[in-house]
Amino acid sequence: MVNTQASAGALESFPALLARNAQLYSGKPANREKEFGIWQTWSWAEAAVEIEKLALGLINLGIQPGDHIAIIGRNRPYLYWSMVAAQAAGAVPVPLYQDANAEEMAYVLDHCGARFVIAGDQEQVDKVIEVQETLHQFEHMIYLDPRGMRKYDHTRLHEYSHVQEQGYAARDELTPELNRRRDALNYDSTCVMLYTSGTTGKPKGVVLSNRNMIETAKNSSEFDHLRAGDEVLAYLPMAWVGDFIFSIGQAYWTGFCVNCPESPETMMADLREIGPSYYFAPPRIFETQLTQTMIRMEDAGKTKKWLFDHFMAHARKVGPAILDGKSVGMMDRLKYAMGEFLVYGPLKNMLGFGQVRVGYTAGEAIGPEIFDFYRALGINLKQLYGQTEASVFITQQPDGEVRSDTVGVPSPGVEVRIADSGEVFYRSPGTFVEYYKNPESTRDTKDAEGWVATGDAGFFEPSTGHLRIIDRAKDVGQMADGSLFAPKYVENKLKFFPNILEAVVFGAGKDRCTAFINIDLTAVGNWAERNNIAYASYQELAGHPQVLETIQKHVEEVNRSVAQDEMLSGCQIHRFLVLHKELDADDGELTRTRKVRRKIIAEKFDDLVGALYDGSPTIYTETEVTYEDGRKGKIRATLELRDAAVAPVAHQRVAAE
Amino acid sequence: MMDADAGYVTEDGRQIGGVLMEMKNITLRFGGVVAIKDISFDIREGEIRAIIGPNGAGKSSMLNIISGFYTPSEGAVWYKGAPRPAMRPYEVARMGVARTFQNIALFEGMTVLDNVMTGRLTHMNAGIASQALWWGKARDEEVANREKVEEIIDFLEIQAIRKTPVGRLPYGLKKRVELARALAAEPSILLLDEPMAGMNVEEKEDMSRFILDVNDEFGTTIALIEHDMGVVMDLSDRVVVMDYGKKIGDGTPDEVRNNQDVIDAYLGVQH
Repeated sequence: MVNTQASAGALESFPALLARNAQLYSGKPANREKEFGIWQTWSWAEAAVEIEKLALGLINLGIQPGDHIAIIGRNRPYLYWSMVAAQAAGAVPVPLYQDANAEEMAYVLDHCGARFVIAGDQEQVDKVIEVQETLHQFEHMIYLDPRGMRKYDHTRLHEYSHVQEQGYAARDELTPELNRRRDALNYDSTCVMLYTSGTTGKPKGVVLSNRNMIETAKNSSEFDHLRAGDEVLAYLPMAWVGDFIFSIGQAYWTGFCVNCPESPETMMADLREIGPSYYFAPPRIFETQLTQTMIRMEDAGKTKKWLFDHFMAHARKVGPAILDGKSVGMMDRLKYAMGEFLVYGPLKNMLGFGQVRVGYTAGEAIGPEIFDFYRALGINLKQLYGQTEASVFITQQPDGEVRSDTVGVPSPGVEVRIADSGEVFYRSPGTFVEYYKNPESTRDTKDAEGWVATGDAGFFEPSTGHLRIIDRAKDVGQMADGSLFAPKYVENKLKFFPNILEAVVFGAGKDRCTAFINIDLTAVGNWAERNNIAYASYQELAGHPQVLETIQKHVEEVNRSVAQDEMLSGCQIHRFLVLHKELDADDGELTRTRKVRRKIIAEKFDDLVGALYDGSPTIYTETEVTYEDGRKGKIRATLELRDAAVAPVAHQRVAAE
Repeated sequence: MMDADAGYVTEDGRQIGGVLMEMKNITLRFGGVVAIKDISFDIREGEIRAIIGPNGAGKSSMLNIISGFYTPSEGAVWYKGAPRPAMRPYEVARMGVARTFQNIALFEGMTVLDNVMTGRLTHMNAGIASQALWWGKARDEEVANREKVEEIIDFLEIQAIRKTPVGRLPYGLKKRVELARALAAEPSILLLDEPMAGMNVEEKEDMSRFILDVNDEFGTTIALIEHDMGVVMDLSDRVVVMDYGKKIGDGTPDEVRNNQDVIDAYLGVQH
């Protein structure tokens, strides 16, 4: 019953790629998911059958070509199939962030006018039901996990498997229609619509065509020699463009297997069991894993600790060079091989990186220590730079040319240029079609020749040709004396300390810079435990004098490092405070991808910003917080503001003139 | 064999069946102390039945009678339409009665999985030889039982701690593991002895949801003892109130809440 009209020439849609894979890799695994403690596997042929049934079921429910289908839930094979089934039925899949609250969800559902929603479980169903009154176009909801759903009114609610069964029962009548719609798909058909998290304003729907996705998947797969037989773990939000490119784009292009964890809590254990050969994680995850490793090594026996320290020092010295294929002495290589046997190998296994051939990190800057740690172990961790509008890839690092402070060379097929303002522009086959129902923004972002403004400021290093990103173009500003202000540059330096989770630097238009700091509860909590410091809450720990002392030392160290940079030496932090609450996406302070929303934070905590500049030693503040269930509460705190020592600037501006 | 009475429909629209278990004039004495005095009530199929009362009211003794651990001095327990003879607890367990304990009774050194697996004991009957050789019936049984256990682990969302020794778990999770073990026996009646004791609000919310889900999804009849009045009133369909070994109230949460004897027992009354 699987579509058999796959002609090798016309691989212009994902249903067409699926048909090819079902023949070419029929018995090879396409998806795995751990359920009931066992990895359940679907081959490409089996996945094709599942998708066919669902596509028939969707047509049976009355889906029309061009309809939007919202898909909400954690990473599960069924939901990935939903995307391809939607495409086969002529509709456009719109994956949403599963941790979005009902209000955010309502905005997106209304904006795309989704007639159908496919939800993972009761939690997501409830959120949609909560807002469905306001959605005039919404008609049917399909849910995956029937648990707790028995008593719901099922007039517009359908169980996933039932939709498949009904579609399959009506296959004789519906298959010709399905084939007609599937054959109508080409490179210009919309592949998927993804909402950007938006550091400012409402999210925008980025329309990406089959050309965007398939060309990008093809180019990037070839760049890193991805192949059938590779294994990836799909655990990042399905609404994020990266997950679409990895778990559908590249997977369908190359025919590798996408594995879904059992639950978000078991992700680390599942990672270890799967041992992916191709892996992507934001810097935060690498950071957490490193912190945990270090904490556990602190508890290890003396011999083990010594072995670890000794061989890690050696790995840091020669590991990256060996990975880059540079010449390394015989003795060093021998010692590294011994370290691989005694330390690196077991450690990589523990972390689930034993099989990683290609690893990527992106989204935020990664600390050089963190980056080097993994590279020293022999993990081919690289950086890439991209955005939703580019179908991810703008630049990436080729094997052997990897550094922590650049983002690499333009990806295959991508042209990059730097405007006079310093802003980075690109043009590529992956360049998005448009923002949905927003021609104005489309015009602002993409010019007639197809050049897209990234909104980031950067420059190409003359010596290597690698791109370096300084900051968001609109965040780069000037201080009162006219010197350059690049907050993220300083924030990243701060965040490289394990004790600091988040930092927000202020100073545009002012005479000096100040900062908000968020401590990392894992790292600082562990330190407190070791030093017998009792604390009852995040707030209490954040206000502890010794913690403030430590943070002050970190800030001063950053100041010394910033002072070295000729261009940015004005960005040293003169005063700082440690916030009484963790910045949180639920309170609108971070985006769902955990990027700092500078303007909102500055407005929300304007009393604190004021205090940083008026010299008061302490300040009392009240902050509204939103709990996970949507209730609101208030936290009150008196915060201590501290002055940090500023390092003398290496090269005086005056002297240079 | 079932009571002719067809049961009733709850506020939220659940159909409650006939009488599953009936206490008929139960009295329990320890020497000269009368722990329970002439109490009668029934538990119907599919309902959540709470037993409440101040400290020392005899709630736990009542639960021990239901579970077969104590034999009543007078009166009888009727189960599925027939009087239940005096039995050993394991025989009662085989009849489909499972329970959790007030102060967790798990095997601390064993993993969560193994602990839940012990709940399947009543469903295993391979011989020693087969067990020792891990061949034939023992293996088939283990696979079938493991499948059931995994379903419950999935249901109670404890996948992440499947292989963790119970001793390393926080209190709230241990309680959940104990519930998992009781469920593993696929009981027709589940007894919960203070399932929320010592929990924080979030853990209580989780536990309440699981209790409702168990009742809803598996249709398990549940009898519970609980001190948290909010929980009892929200969860249960009918409530028995005990004080000094006597029954002083029986009915829906609303009826019980407005019963003067119950108010007196809880708030105290001037004599």
